[in-house]
Amino acid sequence: MVTFKDVFRQLIRDVRNEKLRTFLTIFGIVWGTVAISLMLAFGTGLHKNLIKQTAGLGDRIVIAWPGLTSIPYEGLGKGRRLRINEDDIAAVRTQVRGLKAISGEYETNMKLDYAAKTMSVDISGVTAEFGAMRNEIPQSGGRFINELDDHDQRRVMFLGDRLKTNIFGDADPIGKTVLLNQSPFQVIGVLIKKPQDSNYSGPDAEKAFIPSSTFRALNGDKYVDNMIFQAASSGETKQVIKDISAAFGKRLRFDPEDKEALSMWDTTEQFHFFDIFMLAFNGFLGLVGVLTLIVGGIGVSNIMNVVVEERTREIGIKMALGAKSRWILTQFLIETLLVTIFGGAIGFAISLGVCAVFPAQLYEYVGKPEVSPVVALFTALALGIVGLVAGYFPAKEASRLDPVVAMKL
Amino acid sequence: MSIIRMEGIRKIYDTGKVKVEALKGIDLDVDAGELVAIVGPSGSGKSTLMNLIGCLDTPSEGIYEIGGDNVAGVTRDQLAEIRNRRVGFVFQNFNLLPHITIVENVELPMLFGGVAVRERRDRAVELLTRVGLGERLDHKPTELSGGQMQRVAIARALAMNPDIILADEPTGNLDTSSGTDIMSIFTDLWKAGRTLVIITHDPALAKRASRIVEIRDGRITSDQRNEEAA
Ligand SMILES: Nc1ncnc2c1ncn2[C@@H]1O[C@H](COP(=O)(O)OP(=O)(O)O)[C@@H](O)[C@H]1O
Ligand SMILES: [Mg+2]
Repeated sequence: MVTFKDVFRQLIRDVRNEKLRTFLTIFGIVWGTVAISLMLAFGTGLHKNLIKQTAGLGDRIVIAWPGLTSIPYEGLGKGRRLRINEDDIAAVRTQVRGLKAISGEYETNMKLDYAAKTMSVDISGVTAEFGAMRNEIPQSGGRFINELDDHDQRRVMFLGDRLKTNIFGDADPIGKTVLLNQSPFQVIGVLIKKPQDSNYSGPDAEKAFIPSSTFRALNGDKYVDNMIFQAASSGETKQVIKDISAAFGKRLRFDPEDKEALSMWDTTEQFHFFDIFMLAFNGFLGLVGVLTLIVGGIGVSNIMNVVVEERTREIGIKMALGAKSRWILTQFLIETLLVTIFGGAIGFAISLGVCAVFPAQLYEYVGKPEVSPVVALFTALALGIVGLVAGYFPAKEASRLDPVVAMKL
Repeated sequence: MSIIRMEGIRKIYDTGKVKVEALKGIDLDVDAGELVAIVGPSGSGKSTLMNLIGCLDTPSEGIYEIGGDNVAGVTRDQLAEIRNRRVGFVFQNFNLLPHITIVENVELPMLFGGVAVRERRDRAVELLTRVGLGERLDHKPTELSGGQMQRVAIARALAMNPDIILADEPTGNLDTSSGTDIMSIFTDLWKAGRTLVIITHDPALAKRASRIVEIRDGRITSDQRNEEAA
């Protein structure tokens, strides 16, 4: 019996002896993997960046404002003011399927003092969930409001970046204390400079955020000024909007069709354009990818062909000594497989390396490139299959020859 | 008992344009313990005959039995097994694998024959020592002289302890003195009871054989016992 170990030992020898060819084959696979992985990595980064740019307002969110009812409902007249409190939100949260996050938002204008400065500032009382939905990303060293802040009614504050500059100039504000209507608040974070081309109550850069519970305690507010929510996937947004209306309608007794009682702004609508744009962009990348694969595949298959041609004599000798064709083909198969895995792994590592050294300052413009292991795997596999097909069939041909013919070739 | 039995063997090479009839009806029996020298002019069909005997190629016509088994109609895998177990081949141009050590070269037939790793190595070392290369086990063939390479080939031919050793002009690429050495190894093997068929141009070498078969133009023209062998 010829064992796998025998084949493997033979392979190690062959690889060691066929340095140049092995190197060229591996290089072909590495090159293809790197090219495609990086292209898609930058494509994905760009895509995400595009979404983030337009998502300065929020990550595919819906904003809802309670207003006056405009349709009589169950004996209640129109013109009634809708009031929503935290209990209502908590109840609705559990009722609507496909709802990923929801947060109330409380807003008012307050007097802020720091050192000799006094100014009037838009203050939002919000939760941790709000921060995630609205892309309130902190600059390094800081953080947004978290669940504990809200739970413990902490007096902490997250500043918009322009507001921070107005108050502190270039100084680091983290840990500093400011006065909000004479109550001390500690600054825990500053918003990164984010592109925000739409807003509903002033740009985030000029606002300050404090925990929702702290806001309510400070101002004696019970009812939200507006709510932000987000569906689990953008495709579910329309349905979630309907279900939210229905759930609040039932609880607060208004007609779910009453667009004025609870008016909504679906910001996901503006993403449709980008979805189409990205589809076209990905199609283009895919085409380039396929072409790269074909070019890489031709390279790999050429090398494999040469390998077989040069090895025909060796195959002949081995057959003369009693090697069966199965043995020769198995060796070829395993060899191609290992070379593919090896090349793919190196290609993946190189792609990761390139993304790692890619300057972070450029993320703002082209996004953060992200290498997908799946893409690398498939690329290497595709090239491996090309190599296998290119190598296997000639090898099979060679192993079908009479040994004497193969030896003379 | 005859190890080789050929009857009416013909071999026709069809190169597309022309057909060359290299063997035109060969009848040949080789018994165990013989040392057969095959002589004849270049192009007369000696190598063709040798390749058929060694199952490296198949005849166009005729009956061929090796060790009593008819070769006609056996599968390619069975042919590979016959080559592996029954035949040891020594070529004029050595046909060693250049990239692996000589021990590994000698191990190859045993690898294909399914001999266990340890046994393979031990036997290869023993055979190489026997042909005087015990000090060079880890050399590559390219680091050796022609005579040494041919000794590796002989060790490799002996690896599976075959019924018959076939050598096609084994001294053709060697100088006279190493040619004589190689021939002595063959005659020693014969004296030890092995069966050998050797193609040679050299009349002096042929004289050491127990039987001389002459081939001309694809036919056996003379077949003589040699009483003054070795
Ligand atoms: N593979 C082949 N294809 C076509 N003709 C061949 C082939 N091998 C040998 N021949 C021809 O068969 C004849 C016998 O060749 P060969 O057996 O090599 O002779 P020898 O070994 O006696 O010199 C020659 O005419 C040679 O040209
Ligand atoms: Mg010849």
